Amino acid sequence: MKIVVCIKQVPNTNEIRIDPIKGTLIRDGVDSIMNPDDKAGLETALQLKDDNPNTTITVLTMGPNQATAILREAIAMGADEAILLTDRTFAGADTWATSLTIASAIKKIGFDLIICGRQAIDGDTAQVGPQIAEHLNIPHVSYVSCVETKGSSLIVKREFEDFYQRIKVQTPCLITSLSSMNKPRYMRVGRIFDAYRDLDIKTMGQVDINIDPEELGLKGSPTKVRKTETKQAKKSGVVVELDPKESAEKIISLLAEKYII
Amino acid sequence: MDFSFAKEYEVCRSMFREFAENEVKPLAEEVDEEERFPLETVKKMAACGMMGIPIPKEYGGEGADTLTYILAVEELSKVCGTTGVILSAHTSLCAVPILEYGTEEQKQKFLIPLAKGEKLGAFALTEANAGTDAGAQQTIAEDCGDYYLINGSKIFITNAGYADIFIVMAMTDKKAGTRGITAFILEKGMPGFTIGKHEKKMGIRGSSTCELILEDVKVAKENVLGKLGKGFGLAMKTLDGGRIGIAAQALGLAQGSLDETISYTMERKQFGRAISKFQNTQFQIADMHCKTEAARNLVYKAAWKKDRKEAYSLDAAMAKLFASEVAMEVTTKAVQLHGGYGYTREYSVERMMRDAKITEIYEGTSEVQKMVIAGSILR
Repeated sequence: MKIVVCIKQVPNTNEIRIDPIKGTLIRDGVDSIMNPDDKAGLETALQLKDDNPNTTITVLTMGPNQATAILREAIAMGADEAILLTDRTFAGADTWATSLTIASAIKKIGFDLIICGRQAIDGDTAQVGPQIAEHLNIPHVSYVSCVETKGSSLIVKREFEDFYQRIKVQTPCLITSLSSMNKPRYMRVGRIFDAYRDLDIKTMGQVDINIDPEELGLKGSPTKVRKTETKQAKKSGVVVELDPKESAEKIISLLAEKYII
Repeated sequence: MDFSFAKEYEVCRSMFREFAENEVKPLAEEVDEEERFPLETVKKMAACGMMGIPIPKEYGGEGADTLTYILAVEELSKVCGTTGVILSAHTSLCAVPILEYGTEEQKQKFLIPLAKGEKLGAFALTEANAGTDAGAQQTIAEDCGDYYLINGSKIFITNAGYADIFIVMAMTDKKAGTRGITAFILEKGMPGFTIGKHEKKMGIRGSSTCELILEDVKVAKENVLGKLGKGFGLAMKTLDGGRIGIAAQALGLAQGSLDETISYTMERKQFGRAISKFQNTQFQIADMHCKTEAARNLVYKAAWKKDRKEAYSLDAAMAKLFASEVAMEVTTKAVQLHGGYGYTREYSVERMMRDAKITEIYEGTSEVQKMVIAGSILR
């Protein structure tokens, strides 16, 4: 089985700074990590490979050159091949242009299964995975928490808030993985050395995926971010610690003071 | 001169740190309290290649180097001295000498499973009457033609209760003194080879420190490690390497207790402010930090010289002497800065201070290190 795992480098912080003019994320000076849902997706692929050593795992990311750090991490965890999708024309892409770019690259690479994380902790859209599947015209299952192979099909568990579905899906297909589905393995010492000393990261650009630059990056992005802001933290509430009757009276008077009741 | 690490070392260090925080730290208190060997951690270390860091890939290892292995011991020891010494004894005292002195057959048979972490290693030199005077071995290996018959006992053997492969020193020629000592590779379960008393210790209480009892143990001639009569030199060279590992353990203990103290003193309030605002605390922490950093430089330099195949015996002795004494001093100050709380088992600095003491004793006491150092400069 040939698995392509899509991973994204994200800032390791909840305090994301936004470029006030472009409305895009500022990544400089922020510690970066592999997106947790994506890392769980990679672990899922590695477990499938543990069960069936004929499996090959290609990790793919779209981003600037510094994103090679997570590709090397993926190789050190056990992936076979790493590809960086990078080109000036890809910059500023929204989810539509991103998924078109990635889907076009994956079409060239070939696959039986594509695994994407459910969503990235920076953008939180959860759109790229399903959109890749739409571009490739293949079935997809999102919010997956468990995968088994059965011949050329997969049996997956799709999580909802209070129930789950068990779905049989024919490959080639795409799934989006939840970070809660497993505990990703550590990198292996020897593979870290290989990944940093000898590994050539293959890159693909606009020419390789052969898509009109007008459809890529900021130009190909129908989404325009008008304004993004960080929510102000709420003030801490008031805790009333009297006996129940007095507390109820106190709370009623506080709510009345604020014209809530 | 370049004090920076290549990226692969930084990534290894951060992986070791994450592993230590997530897998080792949560067990440290229990392992100490219950004197329990953390076998599950050894299996987890094996899964990420930590049991064979400086061993070439062709022998099941990771193909990294001493410096990388030292970073692993340091990071583990920052949170658990027991786990640090398990890795140190396994690697420096068992896997590495088989790599350096073993025949191809011995490497295939013993080194590969050690490096993969399928088997755990130990090293047995010390006897009841042969401590610092390691040449006074009373364990005898009698040549019986096809095999040796070994009789005797060893004490204070790290990892003993859980080890599968042991390097054991024995006298093959009683009259020849240290030139009559030979190293053998023994396996757990050999008839006549049993594990004796488990020591109850002040620190590193999860580490399995036991007596080995050897009663008419038949050992095949192909299990001689290195040359006949060259065991003492092999043991001394092995301990040179081992000392860098123990120095790294000491360094980890010092750094771990310093880290705990920094966060504690920034939180703990007395007289209306954090105790880190008092000049006494600041001066103590400045001293602790400087000494720890100086120890780090000595430890890394010794590892770096070993990796460059330069003579490193003096560097290893200096690193071990200095780092272990810094560990004792820094962990003691850490307890003092924690006040009464630091004396309780609620806070990990109490355990770290107990763990630090052994680093001044095993694999050559501080006094032995001074003998080595003086011996190599007063020539």
